[in-house]
Amino acid sequence: MTVTTEIRSSRSALTRNKLPNWAPWAVAAGALVVSAAVLSLAGFNVWGWAVLAAVLFVAANWAVSFAVEGARKATDRFATSLMFGAFIVAMVPLVSVIWTVLTNGIAGFSLDFLTSDMQGVRGRVDNATAAGESPLMGGIAHALTGTFLITLWASIISIPIGLLTAIYLVEYGQGGRLARAITFFVDVMTGIPSIVAGLFAAGLFALIAGPGFKAGIVGAVALSVLMIPVVVRSSEEMLKIVPNELREASYALGVRKWRTIVKVVIPTAISGIASGVTIAIARVIGETAPLIVTAGFVTRMNTNVFSDWMASLPAFIYYQILNPTSPTNPEPSTLRAWAAALVLIILVMLLNLGARLIARIFAPKIGR
Amino acid sequence: MSKRIDVADLNVYYGNFLAVEDVNINIDAKTVTAFIGPSGCGKSTFLRTLNRMHEVIPGARVEGKVMLDGDNLYGSGVDPVTVRSQIGMVFQRPNPFPTMSIRDNVLAGIKLNNKRISKSDADGIVESSLQGANLWNEVKDRLDKPGSGLSGGQQQRLCIARTIAVKPEVILMDEPCSALDPISTLAIEDLINELKNDYTVVIVTHNMQQAARVSDKTAFFNIAGTGKPGKLIEYAETATIFSNPSVKATEDYVSGRFG
Ligand SMILES: Nc1ncnc2c1ncn2[C@@H]1O[C@H](COP(=O)(O)OP(=O)(O)OP(=O)(O)O)[C@@H](O)[C@H]1O
Ligand SMILES: [Mg+2]
Repeated sequence: MTVTTEIRSSRSALTRNKLPNWAPWAVAAGALVVSAAVLSLAGFNVWGWAVLAAVLFVAANWAVSFAVEGARKATDRFATSLMFGAFIVAMVPLVSVIWTVLTNGIAGFSLDFLTSDMQGVRGRVDNATAAGESPLMGGIAHALTGTFLITLWASIISIPIGLLTAIYLVEYGQGGRLARAITFFVDVMTGIPSIVAGLFAAGLFALIAGPGFKAGIVGAVALSVLMIPVVVRSSEEMLKIVPNELREASYALGVRKWRTIVKVVIPTAISGIASGVTIAIARVIGETAPLIVTAGFVTRMNTNVFSDWMASLPAFIYYQILNPTSPTNPEPSTLRAWAAALVLIILVMLLNLGARLIARIFAPKIGR
Repeated sequence: MSKRIDVADLNVYYGNFLAVEDVNINIDAKTVTAFIGPSGCGKSTFLRTLNRMHEVIPGARVEGKVMLDGDNLYGSGVDPVTVRSQIGMVFQRPNPFPTMSIRDNVLAGIKLNNKRISKSDADGIVESSLQGANLWNEVKDRLDKPGSGLSGGQQQRLCIARTIAVKPEVILMDEPCSALDPISTLAIEDLINELKNDYTVVIVTHNMQQAARVSDKTAFFNIAGTGKPGKLIEYAETATIFSNPSVKATEDYVSGRFG
């Protein structure tokens, strides 16, 4: 079977002057060997080898293709190599971040770490751990709870506001003055530095609850300042692409505008809205600065967002690195920070996967 | 369950642009009326004023009267939503709701308005509406499948079923067959003939044969030039329009010497 197709394809007038599919691999192998040989003269190192081999490969691949296939194909192969190279360069930081966090954090990661807080974990405890006399003590249960509650309240505040704003902009604003002003301010809000959002929330609650008031809800307000513009923007885009025909079809059945929006427009756009919201959550869940100035930091569990300070994962990482529990033996604290970072990254990844899942589940079903 | 429409001195605007000028027309109950005319002469625009869909477009407005059995649609205090629940509309492109099953699409007019309805009543409406749209036999085994999984012609008949499920007095159709093959077109033309027994039907079409086949009366619209308003040129029995029109422009148009 393979043989017959091979014969036919080599005879076909349409595939004349085409390099076989294995050609780039052969060129790549050659480039690797040659650059290894060159480098062994000058002193071998892996990075130099990779870079030199890549450059050699791009050049040789182009030259071989030019000789056999002509200029157009050669340019095509050259551009393909460049794009592939750009992709790899873009992936390097991402992969290396994940790799670093994974290798550093996995050692501190355990069920205990997820279920205990930092109460009673003092310098003495960490010194014992560092001396190998006891396992790593303490954990992130309180910070995880705090992050969960603060993000939950931030979502409770920003999803309705953001969604209603988007509905106003798309369905009612009709490019009027107010709509344009809102769009402008939403754009400005997108660029607000997160610490400013934190100061705003702290200042707001200083007026309401007295100066120095710190609680989970203040952090949630700070995060919603950052979240609202993202929700508005993504929902707006999603509502805009709902075809007007569907609105008209609903009106023509004698359905009111508001009901049309709630029962036709939003359900049609819900998959995009939901995944936009999830990505907005992922965007704020790792915010550190606004939480430190609004929610404070504690070592024990607090499940009430309306009173007392509240820990969060980013603040936990920050304080573990900056103020190690045992100043003389910072290693256990560093390990806890890496493990918490690992949990945070896993959370963000889960949220992004969740967004895809939501988009898939809610997407309008087509088929018989 | 069908009402007559009388239009008096109707001007239709998009912002400051006068799209249709001074239309007077009387449409009898339980008849099929066809609107014909060259592209851009304002057939769709005028049709949409008959159920107050025109004003959905920003800046669009209307002057004059449209009477539904003697009640002015544009009288003060008239809610366009009430008007639209009595005068249904089928669009040029089939537009079933993509998030709903076939069954829910038929019941859309009821469900979207949050009307309570028993399951047996709902089943009855679904069956009778789909029967009325000649679609029942094709979809009765897959009522819970999405409406967007049907063929274009089936989707259009689903839209008709959805329209008749709310039991309107009048059904407006804007080129309902323009996206369909000849067989689906015939199915819909047959359907229009049946709908006439219960409803007043107004249909816009570019297909002369179709107008001749389905309509009792025909209205010819024309436009003097770009930027000028469209006008109702002649309105008479369909047979008269196609065999013995009184205006030269109508004759030119129906005989294909124009437009
Ligand atoms: N949304 C709109 N805003 C402004 N002008 C419009 C709008 N829709 C239609 N018009 C204008 O109104 C006039 C009549 O358009 P209309 O769509 O009613 O024509 P038509 O007779 O239905 O044409 P066709 O046979 O191509 O569908 C045209 O000059 C058109 O440019
Ligand atoms: Mg039209």
